[in-house]
Amino acid sequence: MLNYTIRRLFFVLFVVWGVSVATFFLSQVVPGDPALVALGDKATDEMIANFRVKNGLDKPVVAQYFSYVGRLLQGDLGTSLRTGRPIIDDLRDFFPGTLELSITALLIAALIGIPAGILAALNQNRPPDFIIRFLALIGGATPIYWLAILLLEFLHNKLRILPGPGRLDAYLIAPTRVTGFVGIDALLARDWQVFGDSLAHLILPAFVLGAFSSALLARMTRASMLETLSQDFIRTARSKGVSQSQVVIKHALRNAFLPVLTVLGGVLGGLLSGAVLTETIFSWPGVGRYTTDAAISLDFPAVMGVTLLAGMAYSIINLVTDLLYALFDPRITYA
Amino acid sequence: MLNAALPAKKQASKASRRFWRNPAAIVGLVLITLLVLIAALASVISPDPIVQNLSNRLLPPSSEHWLGTDQLGRSVWGRVAHGAALSLQVGVIVTLISVSVGVLVGLLAGTFGGIWDNVLMRVTDIFFAFPSLILAMAIAAALGPSLTNTIIAVAIVNWPSYARLVRAQALALREREFVEAARAIGTSRLGIALRHVLPNTLTPVLIQASFDIGQAILTAAGLSFIGFGAQPPTPEWGAMVSETRNFISEAPWASSAPAIAILLAVLAFNLVGDGLRDALDPRNTH
Repeated sequence: MLNYTIRRLFFVLFVVWGVSVATFFLSQVVPGDPALVALGDKATDEMIANFRVKNGLDKPVVAQYFSYVGRLLQGDLGTSLRTGRPIIDDLRDFFPGTLELSITALLIAALIGIPAGILAALNQNRPPDFIIRFLALIGGATPIYWLAILLLEFLHNKLRILPGPGRLDAYLIAPTRVTGFVGIDALLARDWQVFGDSLAHLILPAFVLGAFSSALLARMTRASMLETLSQDFIRTARSKGVSQSQVVIKHALRNAFLPVLTVLGGVLGGLLSGAVLTETIFSWPGVGRYTTDAAISLDFPAVMGVTLLAGMAYSIINLVTDLLYALFDPRITYA
Repeated sequence: MLNAALPAKKQASKASRRFWRNPAAIVGLVLITLLVLIAALASVISPDPIVQNLSNRLLPPSSEHWLGTDQLGRSVWGRVAHGAALSLQVGVIVTLISVSVGVLVGLLAGTFGGIWDNVLMRVTDIFFAFPSLILAMAIAAALGPSLTNTIIAVAIVNWPSYARLVRAQALALREREFVEAARAIGTSRLGIALRHVLPNTLTPVLIQASFDIGQAILTAAGLSFIGFGAQPPTPEWGAMVSETRNFISEAPWASSAPAIAILLAVLAFNLVGDGLRDALDPRNTH
């Protein structure tokens, strides 16, 4: 297991290196001139030349790549052309927002998707199964930005039961930043009004972001549960007179959960993608919106920084899922 | 996989019978047929999608304007119908490119093994490491926003799954008797790859591709929604939802019609994908 973990860690390093090459290559095909993007149309030739020397843009591509990697190794992702700040600082500000949103979305997806999948499997080919399968099919095909627009219109604009875009109501003052998670920071500051408001603001975007994943999880759980329920050991348990609830809870769930676990990692990665759309619509100050804004203004150092970190995060999530898989299933051993 | 004991012809007819007995798959097929018909006949059966008529702004659905009009007085039906061709093209072209690249890479890696396998699969791993929409957005932003670049971006994101799928199949087949027999009579590795491995990987590829056409439509529409895909006034469904989102309270039809079109298209390909999987790969059916 230790050997396997070390091997996988090397693999993560390799993938991160590959991701750095890929993102660097991408930044080289950008049609816009980064100097013009940073300095604006009114920049003089001298200003542009200075900018290019200062940022190493006048050097050959290979030299640019090596200096890029050298800076990366020191934790320097470069400076954003748009905000003028170190990208790592920008991401430190925006990352908690995305993490808060993604984790809540994952929780919602799991709380809806997994029980729905179990319920469907236990009622195979009966009305609850049909309804859940139908909803899962629709959930998996709905464009989440439309769902977001609709829910904002009805629950916020019309019924006024949930707050609109943003992380807090405009009249509230954000708590002093400690963790970057508004809810936790409000708790630390014992500001109950801000805490309640931040939770209320989280509901809609997290539900929208989790909807697609809950459909996926429901389908996976149902399939996996049906597969498990048809196995011999379940039949044996039943023939011994074990009650239905015991069969499900003690025998089936644990085994059915394994394949579900493997998609959870993918789901978290999918949430990072979904955050791009959700954060844009809900004006949510997270990495997704930061990336969209950066890409729109051709701020390629920032796009590269996010893509690199996202690739890294994704590889680590996959590693953790694989290790968890081994933990949950004693039959799996990694040499 | 199909049961190797049954002759191929019998298997095919069994699979086809299973597919046609699946009502959900038939619904999917009917929806796709409708979409293709609408796409092909758009200019005959629907009004011009570009011409503006500001005196007809935000009209509700009526016998004259089936799906109402948008904020520039354009027929929503005209735009949705003309958008069908664009979305179908995106879905099919993206999938064709990803299948071609992915199958080639997977086949080379799985059949030749060794250094080929190592290098190709590590490249595949790197592409797998990106969250898809972030990578697609980075590519679309780098190449410049347009529908063609969206197709390239989504194809770059999608091909690795085919490479893994085909490689896994090729590795499994390498140990099968008929491949060993082919090797024993001196068939070259390329010959084995093309004659024995490739035909046997087509079933899982076909199943995956039918799902991916819908997913490609969804991703491409998402890119257009945030401004990296088709540009106005192109009647692309994602771009239409984005253009009309501010009018949702006055004219919900203007953004809902293209969104429902995306939903139905994705649903249709998912249903057919499910149906194909159930028919061709019954052991994985639930």
